[in-house]
Order: sequence, then structure tokens, then C-alpha cells
Amino acid sequence: MSAMANPFPQTSATWSLPYRGKVAMAGLIIAESAIFTIFVVAYLFYAGKSLTGPTPREVLETPIFYTICLLSSSLTIHFAAKSLARDRVGAFLGLWVLTIVLGGTFMYGTGQEWHRLIYEHGLTISTNLFGTTYYSLVGLHAFHVTAGLVILCLVAIFAVAGRVRVEQSRRVEVLSMYWHFVDAVWVVVFTVVYVLGR
Amino acid sequence: MQRKENSVKLSALFVLTLLFLFMATAAAAALADPSTGLTNIFAPASTPAKMVAHLSVFVLAITGVIFVVVFTLLVYSIIKFRGRAVDAGREPAQVYGSTQIELAWTIIPILIVIVLFLATARAIHAVQDAPEPAGAIEVTAIGHQFWWEFRYPKLGVVTANELHLPVSDPANPTPTFLTLLSADTDHSFWIPELAGKTDLIPNHPNRMWMDPLRTGIFLGQCAQYCGVQHAKMLLRVSVDSPADFAAWARGQQQPAVQDASVATGRRVFERNACMNCHAVAGTNANGRFGPDLTHLMSRVTIASGATTNTPENLRLWIQDPNAIKPGSLMPAMKLSDSDLDAVVSYMETLR
Amino acid sequence: MSSNAITIPGVQIEDKPWIDILHEWVTTVDHKCLGVLYILYALLFLVVAGVEALIIRIQLMFPHNHFVSPEVFNRLFTMHGTTMVFFMGMPILFGFANYLVPLMIGARDMAFPRLNAFSFWLSALGGFLLYFSLVGANGLYGAGNAPDVGWWAYAPLTARAFSPGHSTDYWTLALLVSGFGSIGTAINIIATILCMRCPGMKLSRMPLLAWLNLVMSGMVLISVSPLSAAQIMLLIDRYLGSHFFDTQAGGSAMLWMHFFWIFGHPEVYILIIPCFAFMSEIIPVFSRKPIFGYPVMVAATVCIGFVSMSVWAHHMFSVGMNSYANSFFTITTMAVGIPTGIKIFNWLGTMWGGRIQFKVPMLFSIGFLFQFLIAGLTGVMLGSAAFASQLTLSYFVVAHFHYTLVGGVVFGVFAAIYYWYPKITGRMLNETLGKLHFWLFLIGFHLTFDLMHIPGLLGMPRRIYTYEPGRGWATLNLLISVGGFIQAIAVVIFVANLVISYFKGKKAGNDPWDAWTLEWSTSSPPPAYNFASIPVVASRRPLWDLKHPEDPDSQYE
Repeated sequence: MSAMANPFPQTSATWSLPYRGKVAMAGLIIAESAIFTIFVVAYLFYAGKSLTGPTPREVLETPIFYTICLLSSSLTIHFAAKSLARDRVGAFLGLWVLTIVLGGTFMYGTGQEWHRLIYEHGLTISTNLFGTTYYSLVGLHAFHVTAGLVILCLVAIFAVAGRVRVEQSRRVEVLSMYWHFVDAVWVVVFTVVYVLGR
Repeated sequence: MQRKENSVKLSALFVLTLLFLFMATAAAAALADPSTGLTNIFAPASTPAKMVAHLSVFVLAITGVIFVVVFTLLVYSIIKFRGRAVDAGREPAQVYGSTQIELAWTIIPILIVIVLFLATARAIHAVQDAPEPAGAIEVTAIGHQFWWEFRYPKLGVVTANELHLPVSDPANPTPTFLTLLSADTDHSFWIPELAGKTDLIPNHPNRMWMDPLRTGIFLGQCAQYCGVQHAKMLLRVSVDSPADFAAWARGQQQPAVQDASVATGRRVFERNACMNCHAVAGTNANGRFGPDLTHLMSRVTIASGATTNTPENLRLWIQDPNAIKPGSLMPAMKLSDSDLDAVVSYMETLR
Repeated sequence: MSSNAITIPGVQIEDKPWIDILHEWVTTVDHKCLGVLYILYALLFLVVAGVEALIIRIQLMFPHNHFVSPEVFNRLFTMHGTTMVFFMGMPILFGFANYLVPLMIGARDMAFPRLNAFSFWLSALGGFLLYFSLVGANGLYGAGNAPDVGWWAYAPLTARAFSPGHSTDYWTLALLVSGFGSIGTAINIIATILCMRCPGMKLSRMPLLAWLNLVMSGMVLISVSPLSAAQIMLLIDRYLGSHFFDTQAGGSAMLWMHFFWIFGHPEVYILIIPCFAFMSEIIPVFSRKPIFGYPVMVAATVCIGFVSMSVWAHHMFSVGMNSYANSFFTITTMAVGIPTGIKIFNWLGTMWGGRIQFKVPMLFSIGFLFQFLIAGLTGVMLGSAAFASQLTLSYFVVAHFHYTLVGGVVFGVFAAIYYWYPKITGRMLNETLGKLHFWLFLIGFHLTFDLMHIPGLLGMPRRIYTYEPGRGWATLNLLISVGGFIQAIAVVIFVANLVISYFKGKKAGNDPWDAWTLEWSTSSPPPAYNFASIPVVASRRPLWDLKHPEDPDSQYE
């Protein structure tokens, strides 16, 4: 529409708006935070209210090592994204794979803990209110870690095939936002379950 | 064209006016009907209901004034600023806003809200935080699908669906304080003329109170959807003089009448799983799933108000509850006719 | 006003084989097509849920009526509420947002077209799942059928013990799936508005429709998620034996209520805010003045967005919260009425001093104003916890929320359809049929919902399949039902208008209403790419500036 195009003086500043990938991921993080908040509220509300069964104090062991793994993976993914922005693909791939390994280790730790809780202490989701809120909250987080790992692996495959370069760095940053979110949620879950809840 | 438009508008307005007049008449007729005195929130007969009714009138008055003011302005603007044919092609003054006006119609509503809130907070506190005097009657109400269990712990009375309360003399109050529990899903206890409603929620005991200020019958029903027969979980409160209430309580405290002439019926009752659900004090029957039948004949209705307490209805109820209250949790007992007659005769002796 | 946009001649599209047209619609990622799909989908469910309402009203015409059984009645009110909120209200408003937001901000499409399509089909799947329950849900007595737990699905009624079979699960899954679709669309709308505005369109120059959809989408993110969380909890309660709402194991029925209403209250604002947006676009055009107090309208909406997150327990005034909690929710509920009232006053201010044209969109908008005023005032009554202890769970509440949802949302949607149908289809809706629709619907609406307040005041609770005679409810219920049928006739006329005008309506041209926002600068219907070249704007009403170069808005803003 040439009549529409520019009847008035141009805005002197260039017109730049935020990157839509980041805005969308921020929106997703907000929605997911709301979901996690509800599960955390349920956990706190039911703390100490189980009528039967093992209590947190009796059965929980604080997963310090696996927490360190997960939180370090935030560092590694941060530097991976930084490397890619500078087109240092080798460093990016190495740090990216390290992130996956650290995340995978955390999942292994969760699995091990659940195995111990179920088979040694008889705590399942249907045992009592603690079991219900514990498995659902930690499980929801683990589900999000798993989904993240799947996507990170996909990116790793593309990277190994040489398809991830500096042009993809914005998208990689968006993914790293998701990963940081997953770690931040773990900080909250860890505090609620292993610190406050006992 | 203008005239045709105007006549269309006039006839539309005429129809609307007729409609509103018609509705107002219908409303007035409904409100004036003497039977509407049974569950009318504006006919309070107890202190909490009165407190709420007074607050309600205050809130209605204020919102009424707001309505009249804004309504008038809206009607005025539609009439005064309607576009006329002569204006075609000219745009009116393009006004973007006015800070003073915005401030005015922000601050005034804030003040109104503060006033309404303070009045409400006072009423909330007066109703919910009222202290319990020494002469209070204690009732425990337990909601079931789809009937009400009433226990008077201090009097040793257990009954169902129909509540008897003493009238409360303001000089020497004998209010009733209820503890509300539930055996299954959520229910809500609502007798509009005696109090606002309070829910019965499993694992969450609630308290409410009412002090009926006149004798009479007050009706209500369950107000929280609780399943198939939520609609027929009716309430009936009989507010008695202190003497009548004492007499009623004494009667309820007695064990069941033992009438030898209905021994057959009693055997049918005890042999046919009736006592798995029902209790009859002084006999082997002490089931808690269904209503206590010890003094069934002291009640005016059966099936939580679904029908009147007559031998015919009782017989039909026992034979096929779904005929009266489809979906109720009482099973059809599939008794033979003779067994049915016998057990009804037995029930008829439980005064 | 003539468009310099390059338009595709309509003739090309009509010659396509129908199977290709179907394929195009099913695989589309164009925001306009998806918008139309959302709207048509919602109109279908409007009719379905409307029929459900009519059956409810027939059953309630007389005390002790036997038109339907209690089981069927309970399924009907559950399905009516669930359908209207989730498969009529949400889709139609997302449909309009989808169609209009990119056009109004000068963009070519939404930020994520494929996510857009995915979200639509998720929502569609949700609606299908809900109605599949009619054939799919097998189980014991009363359970082989549609859900019957009410649209709030209170615990523990939804536990396996009280709701055997799968009807409740269909309710849960249908809403879970469509909830994810809603979150996807909300993310898309936010990203579009923040990242795809045309040059010169600062946030302070955006049409109010875009602003209000931005606020609405933010609210969707924060409030639909709690419902999804609660529904996941319900599912694992029913299938994995967890105890979130299992009162026998120490669980809490109240927890479900809090979680549900933390969603449920913002949800009703999510439903009304887009209608506020329609009013803010339509009333100025038919009053021939700009919206009065644009910055205040934005601020008030943002305020509503925040405050509405703090009022939820006014739906729980009967559950036995302590007096401090009840007082808190009283003050917040009344507080949220203040920005809402300010908006009504600003629309009044827009009409004031204008030259009002009583075209059909404006008629529905005026109806909206009167009705939302009344609904807001009955809302204040319900917000007063002590007064509410009598009013809640009665037909007074049913009257109030139908006043907001039918008198507000449905009237707003009708206004929007009459206003933007010419843009979407290129043809005007018939004005005479439109006026007939309006007057009939208005009369039916008021007959039904004005009178409905009274049985509530006379003690009639909600969700009852029948009622006792002698309580003064019978005549009123009869009249209420008659009003329902009048509304139904009006809707039939409306649907007829939609269909007839599609083929025979007057050609609309780009700008039949002489309006001022960007969607009216392109052809009707717009080409796939929306604008031949991306517009550059310098004010809130770019087309006013073009039509009135001697007195542009940009001089004053």
C-alpha cells in the first residue's frame, strides 16, 4: 500500500523488537512455573499430614552429588551457548554433550533414589500423602528433565552432523533458557522436599 | 426514512417497556404469594439471617443508586448523542480523555468499596465469630448421599432429615450451634430463613449457629451438588416452644417401641439386611449407612423430604426406592408382598 | 477507501475442487483461516450447548417434571457449562484474537504459525473427547455416559468411589488437552504482539484489542496451568491411587476447590477481557470518536489482570473459611470491580458528545453496557461474603454469571461478528435480520435472566433436576424457560443470516464502517499476506490520520 507506506517522517531509531523465540520460551516458562507452583503448594500443604507410613525424615537422603551435577549442567550449557555465539563449534559440542551427561547422571540418581524408596522402604505414590506429593513433584520435574534431555540429544545429533553453527545460536540460547528453568525448579524442589519438608 | 427508523425504535422501546412491566408483575406476584414465605432470604427469623438481611438491604440500596445514576447517564447519552441525518459527513469533536473525570470516577468507587467492605466485615465477624452461650443446643449434622444425619450429643438423640429446635428467647438465648461433617461428598446446609448456608465437607468440620426467634416450620435443602439425588436432599426444621422441644427430645431418647404384634415384621427387618444400614435403638439393628429408624413415625416426611410419611409411600419406598427418588443409595429390597406388608407394619410402630 | 493492496481475484478460489479446498483448510497455518476455524468450531458448540440448555429449561418448567431423568439432567448441566466455557467461549475469543491481532498490528501472520495450527487442533481434539464420552465411557450404573460432576468437578465427587466408569476421565482429559492448546495460543499471541508490530507501532500506539489480548494471554499462562496441574492430580488419584483429594487418607476436598478457582476466577476475566476489547474497538467507531481515556483503559485492564488473581475464594464463601479470609476475599472482589467500572465509564465517555450510529454492532454493544453494569453490581453483592452466604450456590449466582457470560460475552461476540464479518467474508450481514436477532435475543435474555435472580432470593439452589411446588419458584421458572426459547429463535435467525449473507450479502469493500485501525486498510477478505507492504504508523488511529491529513491524531499523542 504505497499510500500507507510512509506519509509521515520515518522514526529515526531503527525499529527492533525482541526475538520471538525468547519471548515464547519466557511465556512457556511462566506457564510451567505456575504448574510447578501448584504441586509445590500441595506438597507444603500436606507436609506432616500423612495418616500412616514412612515420613520424609525416615526415608529421604539428600541427593547432594546429583544436585551438584544438575546445577553444574546449567554452567556447562551456558558456556556451550556462549561458544556457539562465537562460532566455536568444537567447544560448543563438548560442553553440550557434557550438559547431557550431567543431566543424565541426575536422572540416574533420581531413579536410584526411587528404587531404594520403593523396594527398601515401601514408599509408593499410593502409600500416604507424603508418597503422593513426593513422587508427583519430583516426578514432574524428572519428566521435564527428560523432555529437555531428549531435545538436547537431538541438537547434539545435528551438531555432530555439522549442522549447528553460529546462525543457530539464538535458538540454542532459547533451549538453554529452558534448561536453566529446569535447574531453577530443582533448586525450589530440593529446598521444599529435602530442607523444609523434613 | 428517518420517520420509519424512529417508528421502529419507538415500537422496540414499547415492547421492551411492556416486557419489563410484565416481568415486574410476575416478580411481584411471586414475592407476594404467601407460600413464598417458606425459603425467602428477606424473611429472616433468626439473628444470623437478620444480620445478613440487613446488610443485604444496605448493599442493595447502594448498588441500586449506582445503577440508577449510570443507567440514566447511558440512556441520556444514547438519546442526546444519537447521530442525525444532518450530521452525516461531519465528525464530532475528537476528545481523547480527561484526567479530572478519570480521577473522579476512580476515587468515588474506591470510597464506595471501602464503605461496603466495612459494613460487610462487621456482619461477617458478627455471624462467624459469635460466642457460644451456656444454654446453647449442640447438634452434629452429618451429610450423606442423599440424607441428613442429626445427632444431639448432649441429649443422646439420633435422628435424620428433620430437625427440631427450641425457639430462642433474646433475653435468655438458646441458640443452636451445629457442627457440620460429611460421610462422603460435599453438601451444604441451607435453611434460608434461619441462616446463610455452610458446607459439609469431608475431613473438614465446620461450625454454624442459628437462634430461631419464632416457632414454626422452616424449609431448606442441600445446596452443594453432591450427586444424583442432590435435588431431593431436603431439610425440614421444626422450631418448637421450649416445652414442646423438651417433650420431643424425651421421646427421641427412648429406645424403640417394642410391639409384639409386629414381631413378624421385625423379623423380616432383621433378616433381610435392613440392619446392615439402619439402626433401631434397643434392638440388634445398628447400621450407620442409612437413617436411624428408631422414631421413624415422628417424622413428617421420608426419603429426606422426597415424599410424605404415609404407609403407602413407605411401602413404595421399601419396595422400589427408585420410584420415589431414582438413584438413591437404598437398594430395592425385593421383598414378597407379605414380607413387605409385615415390615411396613413394623415401621409404623416406631413412633 | 480504495486499497492499493494487490488482491487475488475471488474467482480463482471458487474454481478449485472441493477436496483441495478441504485439504487447504485442514493443513492451514494462516492465522486468518485458523481464526475462522476457531470461530466456526465455537459456533457449532454454541448451538450444541444451547440445545442442552433448552432441555434443562424444559425439565425445570414445572415442579416435579419428568422430561429427563436426574442422571441425564446432571450430565446436561455439566456438559452445558463445560462446553460453553471451554469449547465455545475460549475458542471463539482465540479465533478473533488469531484473526485480528496480526492485522491490527501490521504483521503478516502470528509469530508461530505451526504452533497456532497445533494449538487449534489440540483444542478441537478436546471438544471431540468431551463428546466422545457419550459413546466411549463404559462402566457401572450411570457412568457409561457423559460426565455428570458439574463443570467444577468438585472432589471427592470425582473420586473413583463416587464416579465410577470413565465419564469423569473424559472431562479431565478433554480439558487437559484443550488447556495445552490454550497455553500454546496464549504464548503465540504474546510473542506476536511483543515481537511483530509494524514500524512505529509502539506499545502505546497499539489498538486496545491488541493490548487486551496481551493481558488475557498473560492471564491464560498463569491461570490455565493450575487447572492442568489439578487435573493431573485428579487423574493420578483415580488411576495411580494417590491421595491428593482422598479425604479418607487425610486428603483435602478444599484443596481441589482452591486449585480450581485459582483457575476459575481468572478464567471468567479471560472470557470477558476480549469482549472488552471488542467494545473498545466498536463503540468508538459508531460514536465517531476515539476511545475515551486510552491510557486509563490499558492501566485498568492490567489492574484487572493482577487483582483478579487474588479473588478466587469468593466462589468458596460457604465452605467455612474463617472471618479474616472471608473479609480478605470480600475486599479484593470489590476492588476488582473498580477498574471494571472505570472501563464502563470510559465507554460512556466515548459515546458522550459523539454522533452515535445504531448499526447492529452498536446495538449489541449498547446491550453489553447495560447488562455488564447490572452484572457488575450483582457481582458486588456476591462479593460481600455475608450477603453471599445466602446468595451463593443459588439461582442468584446462576443469573449473575449468565448475565456476564450471555449478556456480556455472547452480546460482545455477536457485536464482533456483525462488525468483522464483512472483513472476513467480504460481504455485509443483513441489517434487518440483524436487528431482528438483536431485539428478539434481548427480550429473551432479559425475560430469562432478569427473572432468574428471584428464585435465588427465594431459596432455590442450583444444580437441581426438579424442585418442590409451593416455594414460589414455579411461575418464575416457567417464564424463564419461555425466555430461553425466544433466545433460541433469535439464534436461529442469526445462523440463517450468517449463511444467507455469505452468498447474497452486499459486497463490503475494504472499510464499510469508516473505521480507523489497520485491518480496514486492506481488502475484504484480506489476501494471504495481509498487506502488500508493511505499514508504518505514527498514531493510534492510522486510518484517521490518512482520512484527515489536516488533523491527524499524531499531532496530539
